[in-house]
Amino acid sequence: MAGDTIPRRGFLVGVGLAGTAAAAGVAASSPASAEVPAPNQSSATEGAAAPGNREPEPLLALNEAEHAFIVAAVDTIIPADDLSPSGSECGVATFIDRQLASAWGGGAKMYRSGPFLRGKPEQGYQLALTPREFFLAGIAATNDWTRKTYGKDFDRLPASERIAALTALEEGKADLGHVSARQFFNALLTITMEGFFADPIYGGNRNMASWKMLGFPGLPATYANVIDQYRDKPYTAAPQSIADFS
Amino acid sequence: MATRLKEVDAVMVGMGWTGAIMAREFTKVGLNVVGLERGQDHIPGNDFMLPNLRDELRYAARLELMQDNSLDTITFRNAPDEFGLPIRRFGAFLPGEGVGGSGNHWGGLHWRFLPTDFRIRSVLTERYGASAIPDDMTIADWPVSYDELEPHYDRFDKLCGVSGKAGNLRGQVIEGGNVFEGPRSDEYPNKPLKSSAGGLLMSDAAKRLGYHPFPIPVSNSSAPYTNPEGVTLGGCQYCGFCNRTACEANAKASSVTTLMPVLRADPRFELRTRAFVSRLVYDKAGRRVTGVVYTDLRNGEEYEQPAGIVVLSAYVFGNTQFLLLAGIGEPYDRATGKGVVGKNYAYQFEAGAVAFFEDRELNSYMGAPGQLVCIDDFNGENFDHGGLGFFGGGYFAGGSGGSAPIYGRATPHGTPRWGSEWKQATVKWYNHFVRFNTQGSVYANRDNYLDLDPTYRDALGRPLIRLTYNATDNDHKMSRYLLEKLEGIIRAMNPTSYEMHPRPKNFSIVPYQSTHNTGGTMMGSDPKSSVVNRYLQTWDAHNLFIQGASVFPQQHGYNPTGTVGALCYWSAQAIINKYLKSPGPLVQA
Repeated sequence: MAGDTIPRRGFLVGVGLAGTAAAAGVAASSPASAEVPAPNQSSATEGAAAPGNREPEPLLALNEAEHAFIVAAVDTIIPADDLSPSGSECGVATFIDRQLASAWGGGAKMYRSGPFLRGKPEQGYQLALTPREFFLAGIAATNDWTRKTYGKDFDRLPASERIAALTALEEGKADLGHVSARQFFNALLTITMEGFFADPIYGGNRNMASWKMLGFPGLPATYANVIDQYRDKPYTAAPQSIADFS
Repeated sequence: MATRLKEVDAVMVGMGWTGAIMAREFTKVGLNVVGLERGQDHIPGNDFMLPNLRDELRYAARLELMQDNSLDTITFRNAPDEFGLPIRRFGAFLPGEGVGGSGNHWGGLHWRFLPTDFRIRSVLTERYGASAIPDDMTIADWPVSYDELEPHYDRFDKLCGVSGKAGNLRGQVIEGGNVFEGPRSDEYPNKPLKSSAGGLLMSDAAKRLGYHPFPIPVSNSSAPYTNPEGVTLGGCQYCGFCNRTACEANAKASSVTTLMPVLRADPRFELRTRAFVSRLVYDKAGRRVTGVVYTDLRNGEEYEQPAGIVVLSAYVFGNTQFLLLAGIGEPYDRATGKGVVGKNYAYQFEAGAVAFFEDRELNSYMGAPGQLVCIDDFNGENFDHGGLGFFGGGYFAGGSGGSAPIYGRATPHGTPRWGSEWKQATVKWYNHFVRFNTQGSVYANRDNYLDLDPTYRDALGRPLIRLTYNATDNDHKMSRYLLEKLEGIIRAMNPTSYEMHPRPKNFSIVPYQSTHNTGGTMMGSDPKSSVVNRYLQTWDAHNLFIQGASVFPQQHGYNPTGTVGALCYWSAQAIINKYLKSPGPLVQA
């Protein structure tokens, strides 16, 4: 657990936010300002080793232990390598915390009347739990299982055992008791990918790391004048986020 | 006790495509119309703007424009002997909500059915013999012909500014368009969209194999266009975000872009949003509906809106639910095969493929999802079904646009789903794949139907619609055949690798497939076998008209919206020219 480091990092977070807010005014009038990375800037060098890593942000839905689990999970699903910083360095744990605290995480637009029956897979999700409640149940059940299997909470495991543990979940080989391992893993994988690839305004995909990695230009996404010219030819543009135009 | 409001000439239940078309036709001849919509209003200039519209998480993942399942959903089971369970959040299909309905977030693919589709049972009987049609295949001829609908297809094309290339202009077949289509009275209002790199690869390969590729007709205006209502649409920006979201350029046609600007300025039209219609008021003896009851979601009050004409312009499930709750028409009984309301539910049987091209730069995020090349050689009765063991077919489409990063990534089979190896493959292939789809028909089957669920209820306390549906042997055989033919085209494109994606045996409500739900209030020639007549008038209540794909007797191998719009104009013309002069049944039972 990162308990003793939190006050210090919390302070850094505050500084970081103030810096961002000050720069936002500049970015709005000039998307090409220093806050917007230049097109050829390597995503791999920035972020992975960057000292300005802002994780963790203040938490909205998860407690510290749950957050540690999510950080460990997203860093296993999206490890730091030549292509991108790790999941949590890209803000994916922050993204997940905020999504679970959002209306969606609270079950908005979800039919929640009983009776609640298991059904067959073709009938889809049939639990009474909201996404937030389901994730917390899945985290607790996975930690119970890793304690039994490896003697430690998931986030305390070395990288090789984290990979083994997530693989066991993915293949349905881990017995999570009342929680379906496959179902939890699939939900975890889906939300991690959403956080990695969504617009950075939701807290993930920090510095548009995944967009740079893919060569996805983000906004403004107007290609009427270039679509003929770049048919079967590489097109490059510095990616821009919704925040760059807001 | 509902507060009774002042009677109006006509009320629309739902303000998507058909509610807006019908309201416009009615106000033009002087009727006072109220449009009821349970969702929110959508005004493009306020709600559908940059930069916030380019938000894949909000629109594509969190389904901003879709129906609120906390208020209303349906239950689902694969077979009549299973227990239906509620769809807690929509997945396989995504009906929209609010003014504009599903028309706000559609992909814009804008088709006509084939002339033979409209008399499919007769055509199959003529060609293969009556005994060739399986007993459980409850397909029916439409009570209207292609030729009768053609002027209305043409009107809807012009309203939307459809982009395409005619393949049959007044009987003259034109290479480069769809040579299989029925005769068109006019060219498309706009030139086709520019093709994607992947689409052109498919086009070349299809030509070499002797097929007939053409640019898919799509309601994304390829250039600025002013429609006959005087509303100007913008040109498509090829942004790649169409599906599940709206269009800031107003290039993609929807009722909010093509018609609502006119209706909003029309003193004969009144829009009431957050008005959740709970039931029809049915005067069985008088054989008419006297009005509708709705709950105003803003104050919780119930109101009765009397009306001379009631138009059901909700989604497929809602239209059917209103009839079943009101006791209008005989409910379909699967055991006896008798009854009609809920009968012949159908869907779209889509199966696809993906091909990877190591050496091609396809910029897969660039271009509209509807910017596709397709062939129609294996649709409907465009090919001989003798000895094949199935009926039906569908068009094939392929292209390389519209791949935003949350959903638009593809990696070859066998790639891990996470970790460094996954990441490497994702980056390697992101700009190097072409997706394909086969838009398979679903021919009605006696085991696929809608009824009222005995257990689950919506937020107003009404029983939910229960969907009983599974893919049939016929549809699986049809789809396998289409995929075989598609595979030949893909091979001819010489990809690095490719994968065919046949559908699993059972239909599942989990992965997105298609929002082309049809049937439940089918049209036909007599009250024993249909719910509405050829003018979409219910047999049991002469002032009740049902719009939308719920009137389809079965679903053919094309997207339904073009036919929904044409039927709506056809129905409006009959109401205005015949019904208003002499209210009563337009077809004698």
